[in-house]
Amino acid sequence: MKAAHANHVFRALADPTRRSIFEELSLRGEQTVHALTRYAGVSQPAVSKHLTVLKRAKLVRHRREGRETHYRAQPDALAPMVDWLHHYGTFWSDKFDRLEALLERMEP
Amino acid sequence: MSTSTENTRTLVIERVFPHTPEKLWRALTESPLVAQWLLKNDFAPTIGHKFQFRSEPMPQWDGVIDCEVLVVDPLKQLSYSWNALGLESVVLFTLAPTQGGTHLRMEHSGFRADQQTAYNGANYGWQKFLGGLERVLAGEMQ
Repeated sequence: MKAAHANHVFRALADPTRRSIFEELSLRGEQTVHALTRYAGVSQPAVSKHLTVLKRAKLVRHRREGRETHYRAQPDALAPMVDWLHHYGTFWSDKFDRLEALLERMEP
Repeated sequence: MSTSTENTRTLVIERVFPHTPEKLWRALTESPLVAQWLLKNDFAPTIGHKFQFRSEPMPQWDGVIDCEVLVVDPLKQLSYSWNALGLESVVLFTLAPTQGGTHLRMEHSGFRADQQTAYNGANYGWQKFLGGLERVLAGEMQ
């Protein structure tokens, strides 16, 4: 797991509103800040702030069209979360091997 | 990738060791022994005891895992919270004697039960998110 990036992703998604915005974009595709503001039920500056955090974690991308900014999800950025299971799967089976070796060394 | 939401949240590893539950319990609960197979720690088998595991530091991560002892049921169950990289999880060891040995089951679940409750009040929970995540990633890969 690349710790720096994982940290950004975990922190970005630690907030329920940001999770909700991210999933809305994942399920329904590209949307404007206006549409997201209606969906999230918080002020537009708040939505913009959340989108900035998501952007920093590379979870969303944006493009400008006229006066509107459109956002879309970048699900690839979720890899660290999926890696979490993989990471700990390897971690624990390695540790179990070490535990087995330790038990052999210990007095009965 | 796992195919069910349940798998996303819980990792299970089971193994039978040809040793007594007493010996296995010592390896799980005596700090210097735990350090030999798991990680450096200041663990003590007392419910509510807060301790840390220290793993290799990585860029932007000091390698510290913050934990709290949740369950101590000698020779049967041991559980502690495991908080690393902003993700809270719980580790649960269950021991069961078998013929000539001990069956050890380790469950590492991504989210604490009380955390689920806490987030249920919020408009969007981690549990639901991870369920959705499976769908999102499945869609992305087709």
